[in-house]
Amino acid sequence: MSKDIRIKKGLDIKLVGEAETKTTDVNLSSVYAVKPENFHGITPKLLAKEGAVVNAGQALFYSKSDERILFPSPVSGKVTEIVRGARRKVLAIKIAADKTLAYTDFGIKNPASMSGDEVKSHMFHAGCWPFIKQRPYDVIANPNQTPKAIFISGYATAPLAADLSYTLNGKKEEITTALEALSKLTSGNVHVSVGKREAALFNEISLEKLIVHNVSGPHPAGNVSTHIAEIDPINKGEVVWVIEPTDLVVIGELFLTGKLNLARTVALTGSQFSAPHYVRVISGASIADVVCEAGLNEDNTRIINGNPLTGTETDKEGFLGFYDHQITAIPEGDDYEFFGWNKPVFDKISTSRALTFSWLTPKKKYDLTTNTNGEHRAFVVTGSYEDVFPLDIYPMQLLKAFMYKDLDEMENLGGYEIAPEDFALTEFICVSKQPHQKIIREGLDLMNEELG
Amino acid sequence: MGLKQNLHNLKEKYKGTKMAPAFNAIHTFLYLPNEVTHGGTHIKAADDLKRTMNTVIMSLIPVLVFSMFNAGFQHHAAIDPSLREAVLANFFTWDNLWIGIVKVLPLVIVSYAVGLAVEFVFAVIKGHEVEEGYLVTGMLVPLIVPVDTPLWMLSVAVIFGVVIGKEVFGGTGMNILNPALTIRAFLFFAYPTWMSGDKVWVHDAVNRAGTADAISGETILGSYAQNQEVVYSTWDKFMGFIPGSVGETSTFLILLGAAFLIFTKIGSWRIILSTFIGAAVMGLIFNAVVDAEIITQSSKFYGLMSTPFWEHLIIGGLAFGAVYMATDPVTASQTNKGKWIYGFLIGFVSIMIRVFNPAYPEGVFLAILLMNVFAPTIDHYVVQGNVKRRLNRAKVKTA
Repeated sequence: MSKDIRIKKGLDIKLVGEAETKTTDVNLSSVYAVKPENFHGITPKLLAKEGAVVNAGQALFYSKSDERILFPSPVSGKVTEIVRGARRKVLAIKIAADKTLAYTDFGIKNPASMSGDEVKSHMFHAGCWPFIKQRPYDVIANPNQTPKAIFISGYATAPLAADLSYTLNGKKEEITTALEALSKLTSGNVHVSVGKREAALFNEISLEKLIVHNVSGPHPAGNVSTHIAEIDPINKGEVVWVIEPTDLVVIGELFLTGKLNLARTVALTGSQFSAPHYVRVISGASIADVVCEAGLNEDNTRIINGNPLTGTETDKEGFLGFYDHQITAIPEGDDYEFFGWNKPVFDKISTSRALTFSWLTPKKKYDLTTNTNGEHRAFVVTGSYEDVFPLDIYPMQLLKAFMYKDLDEMENLGGYEIAPEDFALTEFICVSKQPHQKIIREGLDLMNEELG
Repeated sequence: MGLKQNLHNLKEKYKGTKMAPAFNAIHTFLYLPNEVTHGGTHIKAADDLKRTMNTVIMSLIPVLVFSMFNAGFQHHAAIDPSLREAVLANFFTWDNLWIGIVKVLPLVIVSYAVGLAVEFVFAVIKGHEVEEGYLVTGMLVPLIVPVDTPLWMLSVAVIFGVVIGKEVFGGTGMNILNPALTIRAFLFFAYPTWMSGDKVWVHDAVNRAGTADAISGETILGSYAQNQEVVYSTWDKFMGFIPGSVGETSTFLILLGAAFLIFTKIGSWRIILSTFIGAAVMGLIFNAVVDAEIITQSSKFYGLMSTPFWEHLIIGGLAFGAVYMATDPVTASQTNKGKWIYGFLIGFVSIMIRVFNPAYPEGVFLAILLMNVFAPTIDHYVVQGNVKRRLNRAKVKTA
């Protein structure tokens, strides 16, 4: 049954620097990097040694916990360097790209005539498995479990998020193929939740197990946890899988062409770009190459792989992350502000009205910096998180349970139903400047370890 | 650049030393720090704890100013009752303000100086930052004591309240009892003769007792408790031209503060509203008891029981307690549902204690302290409701 999901609690953070709907192709970078830290909780076992020559799509390493889960090289070329950190932890695998890319051929397949196991092994083989994440714990899916449903959020509400109706435009065939393949992997349905703009694209697709839901409302209306809670909440012992809609295109292309093409449309956003727009690049490309045409103001700038709420900090020497479809550049806020804690504030967002005036201008776009606007404190204020948190969970109580690591409480208060990104908004508005996402991430890792 | 750069250099110099928290407290008071985000959200909303606390203080300013005039007015009006005939004309005078300046302002200064000193000492010893909780506590304390409270007494109480009420639990955010009320309770139980009776509520009434110049320092509640008539009009009671603790008298200004706190989303409207509702319900019950003639005029509870329920809301410390004390987020219930229950019980119990306590006809601070203790229990049951719903969902599925 298709559902209309209307989210009331939340907050749309409107920022300056939305990407103009214009895509430019960027030349191949000379060096690409794959970073195992992009894949949370994975311990890499290297397959490619320094000096090895690899094809695009060929595995560079596999997961220590399940050797079927392979991690592919985005380009063809020579492995030039394996960067290691403390205790020989692999930090990055750098590949010098060929001028023209050679792809490993995995063969054209028709998912309609394949069984679930065949789809699975094809995806393992081609290095597509890391796209599938599971709830609980928000980690790469454990292939030994069968999910009760698969969820895809086709509605992007994060600040400055890429417009999915634009980036997915013309990819109907790939998406249909990928959805068909995925529907073989679950005993239940494949749920896609879409906003108004994306509805047209997904409503054209008709598959037996596919259900399209309409979502509206402020962020986090686009978070997949929000949809899961409304459609088919996760109970103890249940597993659902989630996939980014843009990754459906890669999976679909694999089945249709036999090639693993990790090229993607990335939104360059944020006020530090003079010409924010979309670029077509391959994952792992160097940031300097990706942003070269957007007019980056490099003076005191924070470059983020992802959006300003959940992304990770990087710099021009960094590389586009495996899962990222957005690069944001905003000004650093490393300056003092005279009596900044008590004077009226017009240029920052706030959910209170304590001499903060963003409630007067709900449409205004803000140029926020990375300043914390205050110091870290113990939890004091109550009742504010609930206004931006649509799940049927007590956010503060859950956070506290995650801090004192009481496994029973973590489980009972809804620990199976959340991902760190669900606590991005509460972290944004937190008066005590507590690191909510970190608390949740560490707690989920503990639960995964102890309760598995 | 001058000051900003110099302070920045000093901060770098003090970094890691014992004095760093003390220095940072002053530095962050002047300047919003230059800290940037790491590892979580890259942007943050404008509010911090200082701004939150500052908003509460701003809502208290009108009450404080009024109370300074009122301290003088009650003193002069006790000597010359004819002043009450034209209250407004005789209220905002320099004579009145002067008594406020010499009696109320020192209470504020001592409360802040002693309390913040304790906070600084603890921050330096324990190596954590000076937290902002005391900014509000320090303002609340002078407003809930009798005007003639000796300053040494206040200092002792503040030290007790901050150390035992807050720091031993780990500082702001960790305490179980409202620190301001802990200070008030300490004063009440340690120095009862200074904190209750029919003298302490008006400046100089204690000194003049037994002399030819004796004046009354009785509150409305005191009069009711002794089944005496009260001379004040409803208007006086609502506007606050009556004796009482320094800042508790003006229901009008307190409600103005409440409106500001609710509008800024800093104070919980749920708690404020439900406290008034709870008090009104208890008042109605007592009124019904009187109407049913279960007790008679000879009863010592008759005076307060027969007080109309709405009058209970505007006399004594109920409004002040509901708006500024019960809403303390750390010691109140933390769930929205819990806040309704918590507030209701505060109002309900306040009026109950007020009526039945023979020695001291007021119960707001005791009721709030009592409910502070029960707040975690209320939350526990509210949260258990959520847990049960989650477990039931799983059961329905497997059934």
